[in-house]
Amino acid sequence: MRVVVAGAGTIGSLFAAHLARVADVAVLTRRDAHARALNERGLRVSGRADFTASVRASTDPTALGDADLVLVACKGGDLEPLAASLHGRFPAATVMTTQNGLGAEEIIAAHGEWPLLSAVTFMSGTRHDDANVEYVLDTATWIGPYRGTSVADAESVAELIRSAGLKAEAFDDLRPAQWSKLIFNATVNTVAALTGLPHDFHFAEGTLGDLVHSLVDEGKAVAAAAGVALGEDPWEMNVHATQRGHAHYPSMLEDVNAHRPTEIELITGSLIREAAKYGVAVPLHTTLYRLVKAKEASYS
Amino acid sequence: MRICIVGCGAVGSLFAANLAQLDDVEVWAYDLSREHVDAINAGGLRLSGAGDVLGRVRATVDAGEVPPCEFGIVATKAMHTSAAIAATAHAFANGCVATVQNGLGNEETIAEYAAKVIRGTTFPAGKIIEPGHVQWDVKGDTTLGPFEPQPAPMAEIERLADACTRGGMPTKAVADARGPQWRKVIFNASTNPIGALTGLTHGRVCERPDLRQLVSGLVDEGKAVAAAQGIELDADPEELIDHAAKPEVAYGHKASMLQDVEARRTTEIDYLNGGIVRFGREHEVPTPLNQAIWALVKGVEDSWTK
Repeated sequence: MRVVVAGAGTIGSLFAAHLARVADVAVLTRRDAHARALNERGLRVSGRADFTASVRASTDPTALGDADLVLVACKGGDLEPLAASLHGRFPAATVMTTQNGLGAEEIIAAHGEWPLLSAVTFMSGTRHDDANVEYVLDTATWIGPYRGTSVADAESVAELIRSAGLKAEAFDDLRPAQWSKLIFNATVNTVAALTGLPHDFHFAEGTLGDLVHSLVDEGKAVAAAAGVALGEDPWEMNVHATQRGHAHYPSMLEDVNAHRPTEIELITGSLIREAAKYGVAVPLHTTLYRLVKAKEASYS
Repeated sequence: MRICIVGCGAVGSLFAANLAQLDDVEVWAYDLSREHVDAINAGGLRLSGAGDVLGRVRATVDAGEVPPCEFGIVATKAMHTSAAIAATAHAFANGCVATVQNGLGNEETIAEYAAKVIRGTTFPAGKIIEPGHVQWDVKGDTTLGPFEPQPAPMAEIERLADACTRGGMPTKAVADARGPQWRKVIFNASTNPIGALTGLTHGRVCERPDLRQLVSGLVDEGKAVAAAQGIELDADPEELIDHAAKPEVAYGHKASMLQDVEARRTTEIDYLNGGIVRFGREHEVPTPLNQAIWALVKGVEDSWTK
């Protein structure tokens, strides 16, 4: 099995290192120094696992050989150029997206005829440097068919991921899970980015808990209008996550702290666009969207 | 006439030093900063900038030393009102107590300790640059009026306003002082926390159309809560917001709440957006945006102690 992991942030690194234990893994990076670090030092995993995987890496997709599976794990904002660079490559591969928000599949689909799977991942980690990633939350990745694939294809990728030591499940229809995560992320990431709070008990009680609840309710109204029956209840996902006993720093908070562009457009932006499509008012998500965009503008 | 300034920070110092110019007024100041109090007692209270003033003020960190006064002027940050008035209430057993603080709810707190209360709003601003020395940044008017449930007599309010005006702080006594207060609260609640949450100056907040729209959403909620109480604003906060955004006015100004957040000091959010939400609830006016902004800034404060 030949796997190309395209994009080696936290999630991409966790997939690449684990999959390298059961497959031939090549990593497509954006920076030369990143590829060099991986080729020279391998990819070290700490936290819930403890090993160093050897992977091949390059910034040039043509240098990676062919693949049976391309796992697209870059940040939403990097998706369009990455998808363009995949154009005409990996003709034998199935391509799987793992991005937050909605719409990653369409972007990839526009650049090639590959069979497509769609995934949402709930695992999390912290990237310490180019060749060091800490595995923090061992929650599952959920996979479903998108274009030219069946639930059996989703199941075989889920099986591959499970054999590598991560959790994964296949579903007939991924939209319920994707929307649950979208609403969860649009709520928790923005509130964390604006307050500086890690995802802790403040999100489930008091004044801030009320705001989180109202944001979730707005998201549910959009899902209902779009005809999506949610998977997990995003409010319960929120409460559950705050009870894990250690404080998780959502990626949008880390982005804001490091003055990096956030995934606001892909996450809250896609929720707001869906809301507009179905004529649902989302004044609170709109407010948080504007505040996070303004916070990005304050970097300069 | 004896007047005690309760909380002699920047705004309290402006009142104290100016009132101390009058021969017929004896000014006391109660403050918790020993350095500031010692400097005032040693060399007087000095203002520079918009006006150069040196006032002889009797300052103390010990509330027990404050003698009976005809007037108190409370000028602490809103979260310190209760402690400050509780400590000094003995001095105002027969006097009237005015507030020139930011936000909503200060009058109610003062009324728990003082019988005759004066509602007030002030626009002058400054900052302490060293103990005993305050930079007077902007001059402006003050409005005083009765706090309706426990009013000070109008004649007393006029006496205090007259003293302030003669001392160099133009002050009007009016029958209903809620208009200027709500105008200032709505202005502050609609702009300060947006600066605090985004890190942007007032002008940069206003030049982003989507953010300016959010500011208007907050203003509209505040206006609705004021209207439900029969309060007529003395000016449109929208016009003041656009005026302040001009390059020659306050384009590059970092809201005091942004400065508080950068220095990790507790903000006055509970008395601004929090006040609008509380009064909104009492009068059954929904204030979802103010509530969201209140919750976010409280979250920012909580992030410092997590």
